[in-house]
Formats: sequence, structure tokens, C-alpha cells
Amino acid sequence: MDFHLTKEQEMVRKMYREFAETEVKPLAEEIDEEERFPMETVEKMAKLGMMGIYFPKEYGGAGGDVLSYAMCVEELAKVCGTTAVIVSAHTSLCCAPIFEHGTEEQKKKYLPDLLSGKKIGAFGLTEPNAGTDASGQQTTAVLEGDHYVLNGSKCFITNGTVAETFVVFAMTDKKLGNHGISAFIVEKSFPGFYVGKHEKKMGIRGSSTCDLIFEDCIVPKENLLGQEGKGFKIAMMTLDGGRIGIAAQALGLGEGAINEAIKYTQERVQFKRRLSQFQNTQFQLADMHTRMQAAQYLVYAAAMKKQNHENYSMDAAMAKLFAAESASDVTRRAVQLFGGYGYTREYPVERMMRDAKITEIYEGTSEVQRMVISSHLGVK
Amino acid sequence: MSTFNSSDVAAFKGGVWVFCEQRQGSMMPTSFELISEGRKLADELGTKLYGILLGEGIEGIAKELGGYGADGVYVCDHPMLKDYTTDGYTKVICDVIEEYKPEIMLIGATNIGRDLGPRCAARLHTGLCADCTHLDVDMGIYKDFLKENSTLAPERIDATSHAMVLGQKHDVSRDLKMTRPAFGGHLMASIICPRFRPAMATVRPGVMKKAAFDQAKADACEIIKPEFSLTADDMKTEVVEVVKAAKKLVDLIGADVVVSVGRGISKDVEGGIKLAEELAEVLGGVVGGSRATIDSGWLSADHQVGQTGKTVHPKIYVALGISGAIQHKAGMQDSECIIAVNKNDTAPIFEIADYGICGDLFKVTPLLIEAIKAAKAAK
Amino acid sequence: MKIIVCVKQVPDTSGKVAVNPDGTLNRASMAAITNPDDLNAVEAALVLKEQTGAEVIVVSMGPPPAEGMLREVMARGVDRAILVSAREFGGSDTYATSQILAAAIDKIGVEKDDIVMCGRQAIDGDTAQVGPQIAEKLGLPQVSYAAEITKEGDTITVKRMLEDGYMTIKVKTPCLITCIKELNTPRYMSVGGIYECYSKPYEIFDYNTLKDHPFIDKDTIGLSGSPTNILTSFTPPQKGAGMMLEGADKATCDKLAGILAAKHMI
Repeated sequence: MDFHLTKEQEMVRKMYREFAETEVKPLAEEIDEEERFPMETVEKMAKLGMMGIYFPKEYGGAGGDVLSYAMCVEELAKVCGTTAVIVSAHTSLCCAPIFEHGTEEQKKKYLPDLLSGKKIGAFGLTEPNAGTDASGQQTTAVLEGDHYVLNGSKCFITNGTVAETFVVFAMTDKKLGNHGISAFIVEKSFPGFYVGKHEKKMGIRGSSTCDLIFEDCIVPKENLLGQEGKGFKIAMMTLDGGRIGIAAQALGLGEGAINEAIKYTQERVQFKRRLSQFQNTQFQLADMHTRMQAAQYLVYAAAMKKQNHENYSMDAAMAKLFAAESASDVTRRAVQLFGGYGYTREYPVERMMRDAKITEIYEGTSEVQRMVISSHLGVK
Repeated sequence: MSTFNSSDVAAFKGGVWVFCEQRQGSMMPTSFELISEGRKLADELGTKLYGILLGEGIEGIAKELGGYGADGVYVCDHPMLKDYTTDGYTKVICDVIEEYKPEIMLIGATNIGRDLGPRCAARLHTGLCADCTHLDVDMGIYKDFLKENSTLAPERIDATSHAMVLGQKHDVSRDLKMTRPAFGGHLMASIICPRFRPAMATVRPGVMKKAAFDQAKADACEIIKPEFSLTADDMKTEVVEVVKAAKKLVDLIGADVVVSVGRGISKDVEGGIKLAEELAEVLGGVVGGSRATIDSGWLSADHQVGQTGKTVHPKIYVALGISGAIQHKAGMQDSECIIAVNKNDTAPIFEIADYGICGDLFKVTPLLIEAIKAAKAAK
Repeated sequence: MKIIVCVKQVPDTSGKVAVNPDGTLNRASMAAITNPDDLNAVEAALVLKEQTGAEVIVVSMGPPPAEGMLREVMARGVDRAILVSAREFGGSDTYATSQILAAAIDKIGVEKDDIVMCGRQAIDGDTAQVGPQIAEKLGLPQVSYAAEITKEGDTITVKRMLEDGYMTIKVKTPCLITCIKELNTPRYMSVGGIYECYSKPYEIFDYNTLKDHPFIDKDTIGLSGSPTNILTSFTPPQKGAGMMLEGADKATCDKLAGILAAKHMI
């Protein structure tokens, strides 16, 4: 594995970092406090190509690579977990499946608006009774002439209230189980499609999370994504890619917390010494950094494999598992280093700790990642 | 032009000159400062000091320059010189310099001076040092200045009597030593212009001390009206309008001076803020506040300095009634000069303050405003 | 129509600045950045490009590693970059630098519709001299301290800032404008721009490229062509530890005001 970044990757990281520091960081506290979706930031990111980083220019993408996408999510998450997941869900869960499984007509119709950030994308798989066990889909799709009719509901949909294009999964043939699930591209304007209640969350509070409701929703037949019955496979492949994004988000959160802790412990004086002069602080930070550095290698390796069209399913699962658990650990330790101030909203580490927790849960819990990894090992 | 040769150093016997900038017929304060400074340099060189004044109908304000030390003033009066233009002013000044050959030319480093200076120096083929804060000719005085204001070892200071110029050892005793900050003030450099004349410098306004005015010298000041030509063909730009505007409130981050208030103003919030505004005004800065003042609604959020507010590094930061909690210090500790006023002598703000006054801000601030006004007036 | 923008790579003096024991700047310890005012000039050029379709060319004088900065500027939307770089150009003061840059710009060619733009000043030297001196060498009219620029036909109207207000100035192309930070907010590099910037035209003008230009002569460039010499450079004495002033009365305040005045802070 070559860990040298290209000149373009070095440059693009610098741009993300400047953007994150200048445009994203100043809003992070406010959007968390107010549970407000930062639409103004999305518009700015759209102009810079950040909503379609690794897709070809012919579809309106920026012509970058998967690693530069992961670095984008990482740099955003260093200062704001919410903004990072907006990019991740949009890119990995909506743009990617359309690009990878869509027909030429579907790609030409949907990708330019998505990749240029004119429209935000989302992904509808999880249901109230089908979480980790995604195969238990209860939403149904029935073909009636030139269209499908969808009925059912989805929950915990990231970007749900702001997205205009959704990749949605539904049972076209219940008898076939997993093989009866199909994927659809659903537009917000389709009749019978409703956006439901907004969830109040522990962290990533500026991101939009809500229910989607389908009541005799009419979806044109040409909006079937991939073949009928291939939906589960598309969902699993999509989540493999999504895990790189979430792993990068966790990575950024952990690194961001370390940056804050280094700064703070060099300023804060107790017992007439800076906190950074205590060996406990030094060792804590050394451990925290080592963990996140290891996480970075895993995340970048998974991204490079995806870029090179190698099988990266296990790599993405390992990256997400390790980065997410490390982020939770590191952000918690950062709060401890800050002491009482760390528990207040005066400093960002408590927000980072709340934001980090979700990375162990969404797009496959840590337990699911362990299932994926062990099955790749052939352990049954 | 063909006869002009800036490298014939010995030919430049025309004395020390100061470009005396006027706007709308009023002399800029920096003109008096530079005349005062120029007097010292002329005396050190044993030569005369002249102002050069351009404008329309400005002869009446020329003699005042004599009161600060000018032996004479070259007055160039012309309708096309009413407002400053790069083309008109450069043409006239260069023509007059070529005729009268001054040894030194000082220009105030105003937005106009810094437009004019480089254009003239390029046309005359001579050296220009920008935004100087200290000028010397006399080597003894220069070395004393270095002893006081640098970390140079004594032998390094002694070695400044000569410079290597084109591989030759050059005695700098008659050269103008032009000292200026570089790299954001982290380094100072003394520049010379050994091979060309006039040696030119733009000088930072407000730095040089204005001499006491002497009416008798003003009366004796000679007015010289040099010949020059200026036609519409010389003018490549057109001044459509000149607008005087009150200084726009700069935001905290770019401000040179920030006066911040904290919880200490609680007994009279409006009065405290008003005092901060007055102090900010005399210092030419803006008002900021600690988180307490923002959370209490005393100041709007854009005033906040600190961890969750803005990080500032002004030249002067005044903390009035701010204890100096770590989250406040994070936003201002890199300021060049920190002045703190607080009733509590153990307040952490005093640990990082350059100058601390332990006292009631409501009593100290008005005194400080008066003292600064007086100090500025004395300059 | 072309817009030629002069940019400079400078050490970032906004953070901690390290000085070597001999009083020179420890450049290696400082990040190299694009001079901030120059980015305002680049932005102004890119805005004019959007309005007029002009080609935007950046020119920089400096050592070969400055290529990275020029690529970054191209990642913001600049079409073409030229690095003026030669041992012979080293040691130039502002006069000699403007002489060399003027030769390079003249080689690119300044035509009737063209504009040359510069930042007001670079944060390493803070001289604000190179822009006007280039204008003089090229015989172009100059407008410095531009806070607003509008173009109609061949006439450019500039709001030129003064300390106590502003002037509105009209000038015809070709001309040179120096830009201040109030003019605009520089755009970021874009992801697409970054992935394109290494395939955009990039050229080096070395001594041989420029040596036949009438501006280039050993008496006008480099150390030997610089009218000014550095006699000495030094660091100011370290900032002393803070002091508590005695008392809190008029005498205390007068003393403080006196100190500030002596330090030229007021």
C-alpha cells in the first residue's frame, strides 16, 4: 500500500482544511445548539465541487478520487460532525448507487444536479422493524403498468428533510426474501411520498434525520435502479462505500478532539503547571493520537482499494469499526482532559463526544462490522 | 531627462527635501512631522531643508512649514495638481528634483505617499525605502539607536560604519540610514542607498515627533516657485470625485486596537460601554467584550473575543474589568501590547498583561482617555 | 483581453515568526503562503474573467518551489502561470524586482485591452513598491489601493481608498491596479480546479528567456542592480515581562500614555 498522497490530494486537503476552519467551524456550535441544517454551507460546498468529489466530470462531478472524498469528510468532521455526514450520506448513499448501478439515462437525468450540489441526495433502507436486519423490509412495491406503487415507511433517514432525490428499497416479491428486494430512485415530488417527523438526536444535531412515508406512491418503472430483486445487493454494496465515509467522519472527530485537547492543555494551568506538562496528559495524547493514526491508515487503505476497484468490503468494515470505536474513546478522553470545561458547551469536545457515538451505530453498527469481517475470514 | 544622472552622487547638493502632502488645501500632519525630522537630518549633513508642496492655491499654507524647520518651500501651484494624481504629481516632482538635485527626499507613508514614492523612485532610478520608522545620518546617533533598540552585540554595531557595496567597502557616514520593520515587525532592517541620489524614504505617519512651532522661522521661510510643465497629455487618470468619510468601523479581527469590557462593567453597563467606546475612539480602535458581556446581552455577539468568539491580535488590547479566564485569553493573548484594568490584583489577566493597573475601571478609564489625548496632542 | 496578475510566495508572518541567531529570518520554520493581497488581485481578475471572458495569467518571481503556489492559484481558476526564476535575479530590491517583472510582463505582451494587477503589498517586506514601479517601467497608468473595480468598455472605474475617505478614479486600459483586501473575498480552490491545475500551461522564464530584453542588464537586476543595500538587520529587544503600574490615579495614566507614546503605539 502506497501511503504517499498525490500532489492533488495534498492540495485538496489544504483546501478542505481552509474551508472547514473558515466556513464550517464558526457555525458548528450554533447548528448543534439550534438543531439547524446548515444549508448555506452546502451551497458553498456545492460551488467547490465537494458534493460530487470522485465522480467524472461528464456527469457534473469534480473528477477527484475516493481518497480525496474521504479526506473531505475527515477534514469537515474535525470541526463539525454534522457537516461531514451531510456530504457522506449524499455522496456514498445516493450519488454512488446511481452512478454504479444506474442506466445511462438515469445517470444523465439525476447525477448532474446531485453532483453539482443543486440537489441533495438521501438513502432509504432502514425501517422501524428492519434496522440491522435490513432483509426484513416491509415497504412494498407493486408494478402496475408503467409504474410501481410503493407503500410503507422508512426511518432515521439522513438528509431526509432536505433531499430531493432518494434511493429507496422495497419488497417487490416477499416470497423471495433478500432476493425480493428492489431499489428505486424516488423524487421528493412523486405523488404519495411524504417526509415525516424530524428526530431529536444526541449528536450530529444539525443533520436532518426523519421518517419517509409512502402512501400509494407512484414511481415510474424507469426509476427502478438495477434489476428487480437486486436491491439487497445494491444496498449492501452501497453500505460498503458508505462505511468509508462514516469511518472518515469518525476519524475526523477523533483528530479534531485531539487538536482541541493539545491546544487546551498547553494553555490551562493547574498546580502552577500547564496541563501539558503532566505525564498523564502526555501519555493520554500519545495514545489518542496513535489510535487515530492507525484509524487513518485503515480508512485511507479502504478508500484506495475502492478507487482501484479492488474488493474493499472487509477493509471498509474494519476501517469503520476501528475508527468509530476509536473516535468514541478519544473524544471521551478529550472531555476528561478538559475537566469541567470539557463538559460545558463553551468548548467543542463535548459536542464531538456526542457526535462520535453515532459512528458506532449508523450504516451498520460495530456489531454488524464484526459480522462482515468475521464472515470474510470464513469464520462460521 | 537625458542630463539627469542619479548615480552622480556628488552632484546632489540640493539639501534635504520633504514632500509636504496636502488634501483639500489642508496640510497633512505627517508633513509637519517630516519637516521636523528633516531638520535634524539636514543639520547632521550641514545642508538645507526644503519642503515641496503641490496643489492649487496652496501658497498660503507653505510658510507654516518654516515654523517647523524648513528653510524654504518649493511651491508648485497648478489647477491640474488640485487633487492628487500619480501622473501629475510624479511628473512635476521628478522634473523639479532633476533640476534642483536634493540629496534626500522624504515622503509621508500615507496611501498617497506610497503611491507616489515608488513611481518617482523608478523614474529617477534611485532607491526608496518604504514605511520607515527611524532615520539617521550621524553615525554616533545611529549606533546609540542600535544599542537601545536592538539585540546586536557591540562589535556588530561598530561594524555598521561600513557596508559592502558592489564588492567595495563603503563608508556610510554620509548616507541616510533608513530603519524599518519587516516580516510583520519581527525583524528590523536599516537600509542605505549608497550609489544613487536622492535617497528616498516613505516614513510612517505619527512616528516622527513634531517640533515646536516657531513663528519667526515661519516668517523667514523662503518660497520658491520652480518652473515645470504639465499638460492634459500627461494625465492618464481622471479623478471623478474625492469623498471624505468617517472611518468605517473595522471588524475585530482586522482592528489595530481593541478595547474590551467584561463583567466589571456590571454596575453601570451603559456607562462602562460608553467609556470603552471613548477610549477606543481616541486609540483608533473598536470595542469588544468577554463572553459574559455577550451572554448578558450587553453587547452583540460579533463583539465577542475568546474561545467561542473571535481571536484577535491587535497592536493594543485593552481589557477593562475582564478577569482573564482561559477562554478569554485564548482569543487575545497574542496581542502586541496588552493593557489591563481590574479591581482585583490577582485577576489572571494581569499574568499576560504588559501593563496592569489595579483599580476601578470607571475611575481609571476617564483618566486614561485624558492622558492619551494629552500625549497625542503633545506629539 | 488578458489580465496579468503578479503574485508572490511569502512566509506566513501572521503566526509565530522564528528568527535565526544572526538576525535573519528562519524561513524554513514558517509556512509558505500566497501573499494575501495578491489573492485579492487574483480574485478581481477572475471576476473580470467571468464578466468578459478574459484570459488570466499569473506571474511570480521566486525560486522553483513557488510552482506549488502557482498551481494552487490555477486551481482557483487562473488559466496560465509563469515563474520568473534565475540565480541572476536573486538579491533584487524592489527597483530591480520591478525591472525583472516588467520585462517578463512585457514579454507576455500588454495590449490595448489588457490589465496588470498586483496586491497592494507583500507581508514579508510590506513595501507596496513593486506594483507602482512595474507600472512606471511599462509606462502604464496605475491606480493603487483599489477597493472597488468596475469595467465598462476600455474604461475602468476604481474606488481608491485613502485614510480619510476615498477617490473615484477613471483610467483606460491598459493599466496597472493594486488591490487591497477590502476589494473582495478570494474564492477557494475548487476540487475540479485542483484536479485540472497540473495540466494547465506552466512556464519558467529564466535568465536566458529574458536576457535580451532592454530592461535586463547587470546594472538593473539582482544585487548589483539594486539601488538600496541592507546595512544591518536586527531583532528588536524581547518584549519584557509585564509590569503592574503603581496606583490608579492621574499620574498612573499619564505614565502609561507616556510609555505608549514613546513606543509609537499612539
